Amino acid sequence: MDVQAWTYLIVGITFALYIGIPVWARAGSTKEFYVAGAGVPPLANGMATAADWMSAASFISMAGLISFMGYDGSIYLMGWTGGYVLLALLLAPYLRKFGKFTVPDFVGDRYYSNAARTVAVICAIFVSFTYVAGQMRGVGVVFSRFLEVPINTGILIGMGIVFFYAVLGGMKGITYTQVAQYCVLIFAYLVPAVFISIMITGNPVPQIGFGGEVINGGGYLLDKLDGLHQELGFAAYTDGSKPMIDVFFITFALMVGTAGLPHVIVRFFTVPKVRDARISAGWALIFIALLYTTAPAIAAFARYNLIDTVNNKQYTELPSWFSTWEGTGLIAWMDKNEDGAVQYVKGNAFDGKPSFTGETGAVGQRMLSNEPVADNSNELYIDRDIMVLANPEIADLPDWVIALVAAGGLAAALSTAAGLLLVISTSVAHDLVKKQINPDISEKSEVLVARIAVAIATVIAGYFGINPPGFVAQVVAFAFGLAASSFFPVIILGIFYKKMNKEGAIAGMLAGIIFTAAYIIYFKFVNPAANTPDNWIMGISPEGIGTLGMLINFAVSFIVSKITPAPPEDIQELVDSLRYPKGAGDAAMH
Amino acid sequence: MEKGKLEQYWRTNLAYLIGLLVVWFVVSYGFGILLAEPLNAITIGGFKLGFWFAQQGSIYVFVVLIFIYVMLMNKLDRKYDVHED
Repeated sequence: MDVQAWTYLIVGITFALYIGIPVWARAGSTKEFYVAGAGVPPLANGMATAADWMSAASFISMAGLISFMGYDGSIYLMGWTGGYVLLALLLAPYLRKFGKFTVPDFVGDRYYSNAARTVAVICAIFVSFTYVAGQMRGVGVVFSRFLEVPINTGILIGMGIVFFYAVLGGMKGITYTQVAQYCVLIFAYLVPAVFISIMITGNPVPQIGFGGEVINGGGYLLDKLDGLHQELGFAAYTDGSKPMIDVFFITFALMVGTAGLPHVIVRFFTVPKVRDARISAGWALIFIALLYTTAPAIAAFARYNLIDTVNNKQYTELPSWFSTWEGTGLIAWMDKNEDGAVQYVKGNAFDGKPSFTGETGAVGQRMLSNEPVADNSNELYIDRDIMVLANPEIADLPDWVIALVAAGGLAAALSTAAGLLLVISTSVAHDLVKKQINPDISEKSEVLVARIAVAIATVIAGYFGINPPGFVAQVVAFAFGLAASSFFPVIILGIFYKKMNKEGAIAGMLAGIIFTAAYIIYFKFVNPAANTPDNWIMGISPEGIGTLGMLINFAVSFIVSKITPAPPEDIQELVDSLRYPKGAGDAAMH
Repeated sequence: MEKGKLEQYWRTNLAYLIGLLVVWFVVSYGFGILLAEPLNAITIGGFKLGFWFAQQGSIYVFVVLIFIYVMLMNKLDRKYDVHED
């Protein structure tokens, strides 16, 4: 059986599973549709949360990013895991005790204000759409690369699958499907990692092999990498080149942003008890950590392997994966000095993505029409996604492993997309229609509205996947910055500061969002040329500015609440009741 | 539950939170970022310590922190009789 046949087989089996599960776990009521009837066991909820959280970007791109960033890649590793500590300690148990369905629910009730609820709904929808467009693109990319169908066909197939199980099963179907998707994606991630670790260091545990000695002698892997990096003009792998303050602020914004993302928070409404909410954050982080501690190991192995295999080697003597991936355009080689060997040093070989002429050069390489960059001698272009996608071939693993990686990437993208689409539909059906437009709507019609909303959101997400707006990459900073500067402070203050009132909360949210959005819009869209450390406030990049936005939000909320009337007595009692678990019982009906 | 006892429960909870969040901050922002450079002078196996905290150690500690909190709070809930069922 060849790779193609294996891929169809494994992807086919997993897709059958994703369709079968929601048929079994159909949602009947609003409670089942929005929060899976608040009956998901914590371990399963942890797995579902992990699959929901880890997107196509985590699965495909993160290890590659770290591979090229070295120490600086730690911002993602710490930033996207540390938020779970905040969730478990500061948010999840109290929000579960509160017992409603959504974040806007909490904001609206705690701050006795429909204006606050509306701001929260708009933020939730915006953040979720930003994310979901990227996921649909990821589905398309995996399809096109492994099944050799056009990207758009891939997106349509992915849309069909998500459509089916999100519309039918709601949160219940999505949650149990995500448990299956987690198993697929983690298996697909670990198998190649273990083999590569054995190949390079002789140790089957990547997390340990990463700090071990390379098998063919010459000392520790990380020392050798540092040495190679300096030789080739890069910053040492374990040192990084970002200024410390920026690393600090970006990591903080990612952590706090994680804890403020609506599709993550909603997960803790789905468990039966307050104590389950605490521990399911713990399970979620274990399942996430399994991938997140493996990723930096893969990054280092891949980096070493790449430099070791490719640099200063004759093109004709390179292993076959090089030309395979050159065929997909993810690798390109421009023989600037015409010596037939690949030189890989710091700098871009040429600007932008490779554009091939269709001719082949002297030693069989694909010729490029790009203008070479003259001020460096680098000849190699590598897309960072290749570090995970090409791993199985680089390690010479059997065909079924390559197929497994395809299934893993699809599982990661689909699970995240489904979770986000559900948040969007809940926001529309529950927070807008039920809470603001038509409070008398029957439960049956509300579920129907939610299903229609999922359907429409899937179509819109698919549209953005097929016609990706150029700014998708830039708006990721937006999603985290907005979550960090709006949701996080407003929820924390709602729980931990009884005297926080609606005036303070609304003023704080607006100040945080406006500041953060203005900073990001200015540097990313209005004046991208000025996006350099010299122009940044205190050297903080737009990626990290959410941290400052959060501090501004806290400060403004606090000051405004001091000079405006305290919240009503019953709200202060509500806050008291959030603070101990007893009586959480069923997630309250409204 | 009476007010005084609830306040005591809440204060103990806050004390746990502060303790655990200090550790959370120290391992990631302290060891992994601010002190990474001096810590890199120490190596364990092939790992420079600051680098290890930034890419591995802090994540392990995060997991442990959550489970410690769960344990502490389950005990506290029972002590103050505010646990569920």
